[in-house]
Amino acid sequence: MIAEALFFSAILFTIGVVGVLTRRNALIIFMCVELMLNAVNLSFVALSKMHGAALGQVFVVFVMTVAAAEAAVGLAIVIAVYRHFGTVELQNINLLRG
Amino acid sequence: MSLLYQVHFYLFGIIAVASALFFVTRKNPVAAALWLVNTMFALAALYVMLDAQFVGAIQVLVYAGAIMVVFLFVVMLLNLGQTDAPDFRTPGVRLGAAAVAVVMLAELLVLSRAGRIPEVAPSATPQTNVVAPVAELLFTEHLLAFEITSVLLLVAVVGAVVLAKRQRRA
Repeated sequence: MIAEALFFSAILFTIGVVGVLTRRNALIIFMCVELMLNAVNLSFVALSKMHGAALGQVFVVFVMTVAAAEAAVGLAIVIAVYRHFGTVELQNINLLRG
Repeated sequence: MSLLYQVHFYLFGIIAVASALFFVTRKNPVAAALWLVNTMFALAALYVMLDAQFVGAIQVLVYAGAIMVVFLFVVMLLNLGQTDAPDFRTPGVRLGAAAVAVVMLAELLVLSRAGRIPEVAPSATPQTNVVAPVAELLFTEHLLAFEITSVLLLVAVVGAVVLAKRQRRA
């Protein structure tokens, strides 16, 4: 089942990448990043099972913590951006465009 | 490996992938977030089937419970739930994204193809000792990383409050 888990993980990661590239809503892009982190977690768990060691699961715990921190800070940034620009659509946020 | 196990594994995997596809194609952020929650529940089931029961539990509690609630809270706070205007990029960008997806998927599948991965049978008997191996590694070998993680969370909380606080203009 390890190969199948890695297969599903690859598909989920790719869906996350496609979402980041095709969407404009900053919140949806954040959620796509979470999906990519989840796909990597599935790989960690599968490889942890393959090696019969719990180290992969320890890594998943750390990834989840970092994801929580990233969500907190990222969503605070989204709120600040919304307050400044009145939108979270990324094509309207172009202060650095020459 | 029992047939029942295989059927369930594929079932949850397909639920995860299908929910993820629905998630990236929904226009409404609330619907997208709920489909992502569905993906996370299916992934929790896969973790349990891969003998990572503790990770499955905290996946439901932390990801589907806490993190996605924060996302939904922000959607609600910014009143984005009613916008049904599509936010997809132009067809050219979407074509490029499809090309990137095909190349990346091919690379990942070649790297994880079945012949290179040894087959590991799932444990036949119910596992009783599932948290202790994780805890032992977490609190002995990786104690420093664990403590630094708590500092990271503190910094994130302070940073979130500072960023989201309404600035007083002088």
